[in-house]
Amino acid sequence: MSDSNPGRASLSKAPTGIAGLDEITHGGLPAGRPTLIAGGPGSGKTLLGISFLVHGALHHGEPGVLMSFEENAEELAADVASLGFDLDALVGQKKLFIDYVQIERSEIEETGDYDLDGLFVRLEHAIRSVGAKRVVLDTLEALFSGLQNEAILRAELRRLFRWLRDRNLTVLVTGEKGEASLTRYGIEEYVSDAVIQLDHRIHEQISTRRIRVVKYRGSHHGTNEYPFLIGADGVNVLPVTSLLLEHAAFEERVSTGLPSLDKMLGGEGYYRGSTVLVSGTAGTGKTTVAAHFAQATCRRGQRCLYFLFEESPRQMMRNMRSAGIELESYLEQGLLQFHADRPARHGLENHLLMMHQAIERFRPDTVVLDPMTNLLAIGTRLDVQSMLTRMIDHLKVQGVTALFTSLTGASADIEVTQTGISSLVDTWIRLSLEERQRRLERWIYVLKSRGMAHSDEVRYFRIGAAGVEILPPEATDRRLQA
Amino acid sequence: MADSFDDAVRAHDNAQYVLRLYVSGMTPRSTRAVENVRKVCEEYLAGRYELEVVDIYQQPSLARDRQIIAAPTLIKEMPLPLRRIIGDLSSTERVLIGLDIRQA
Repeated sequence: MSDSNPGRASLSKAPTGIAGLDEITHGGLPAGRPTLIAGGPGSGKTLLGISFLVHGALHHGEPGVLMSFEENAEELAADVASLGFDLDALVGQKKLFIDYVQIERSEIEETGDYDLDGLFVRLEHAIRSVGAKRVVLDTLEALFSGLQNEAILRAELRRLFRWLRDRNLTVLVTGEKGEASLTRYGIEEYVSDAVIQLDHRIHEQISTRRIRVVKYRGSHHGTNEYPFLIGADGVNVLPVTSLLLEHAAFEERVSTGLPSLDKMLGGEGYYRGSTVLVSGTAGTGKTTVAAHFAQATCRRGQRCLYFLFEESPRQMMRNMRSAGIELESYLEQGLLQFHADRPARHGLENHLLMMHQAIERFRPDTVVLDPMTNLLAIGTRLDVQSMLTRMIDHLKVQGVTALFTSLTGASADIEVTQTGISSLVDTWIRLSLEERQRRLERWIYVLKSRGMAHSDEVRYFRIGAAGVEILPPEATDRRLQA
Repeated sequence: MADSFDDAVRAHDNAQYVLRLYVSGMTPRSTRAVENVRKVCEEYLAGRYELEVVDIYQQPSLARDRQIIAAPTLIKEMPLPLRRIIGDLSSTERVLIGLDIRQA
């Protein structure tokens, strides 16, 4: 709709370097204009601002000015040092200018007319010193608690934003969350281009951070609330790469690690970049099927990232060794990596974010989530569905083949269906245990497998010293006739 | 006790004042502020004050060093405690309170 307007269509953006945020905003903050970041205390406003400045200075040749009303340069540097940001070095290289504005209410007496030229002069001096293109004001609202004449203050704020705009600066203004309005003092009144809201909630002792683009004039933007994490490497927003289902469909096939199972899947195994679900009740051998897949990945010289939610890696590898699946050597070679954690410790979003970060770091060819059902237990149905959708989309875009195991209880399969996970899955393999003639027998079948002529047989299988052994159809028939 | 209090009052009465007025250019508001502060000084601090007028446009880094936000800002550097009086200083009463010459 705004495409007919050339000014709007060519709106340039200033990337923040925060991957997920740049995706939601289709490229970053509006260049040459102010953006408001509103959020409560501890919601990550300052950190987001500093990330924006550091990224601009290091990667876009855009020096920045940080005008901090709350923390002085030493405090700020200490706050972000753990994230690997060296503010002192940037200041030394004239890529960053930090001005700490201290307002001591008790020292101030007001009489008569004034303006905020002091602030303007300082800002101008700072901008000139480094040739700044980016400015962060954190948080301007401190002025309201320091100065009494609100009429002057508001007129001056209006003048300030006009001044910043005239200089074509990309400005990020933070504001404290208000009771009835977006910010306590209504800063949003002056910043009409873009507004981003940060939220920090604690629910059942699990902290969740969310980010939402409330407004972005002249640009499309994601409108949902997206979870984000402040971790060891800064602010991370879970990306939403391809909500449009635009990922490529790979023709390439990936072995399941079991020639007999490959055969059931049109002879060649899973499609690369597909999502595989292996479901079954307790003790059916889901982890063994997953381990075969992981081993086959590494055997090809590729990388497998294995998320374990119930066992320790040592325990899992010991169990697999007894089924003839040797994984240790791949772990040592760095082809296999485990992430063992209990999702309930962090909450669903955080957990998925951490998984995402692990994926970004390790760049695996295949990923295993064992068992995925543990994620279902910690979120509401809609949350889980949307989060998993995003995770799966992300993996698909990267061409990563994912295998999820799912523990089937009395109702868990129904749960999987209800949460919509089934529709996200390309290949669904079901394992079951049956008691026959006072023996437990294992059965395997391919419930669905998109885009291939898969077997419709229910096959008998064993787990022995060489792992999963799917018996040929004749053997299955013999068993059934016995 | 009473003696030392009286001493303190006397000392205060004789204290040397160091004042700096920060303005942004020679606007009518700046001029007004300079006139107002001179008047107060001559009337109440004659012979025991030092007043410097600083134009922050000319010395922008001073604005940062002295934590100036508003203009005009009058800073009472001595005697302590430090005080800032912002505005065109049009109310003598408030200026006197700000300079601790008169109690609020």
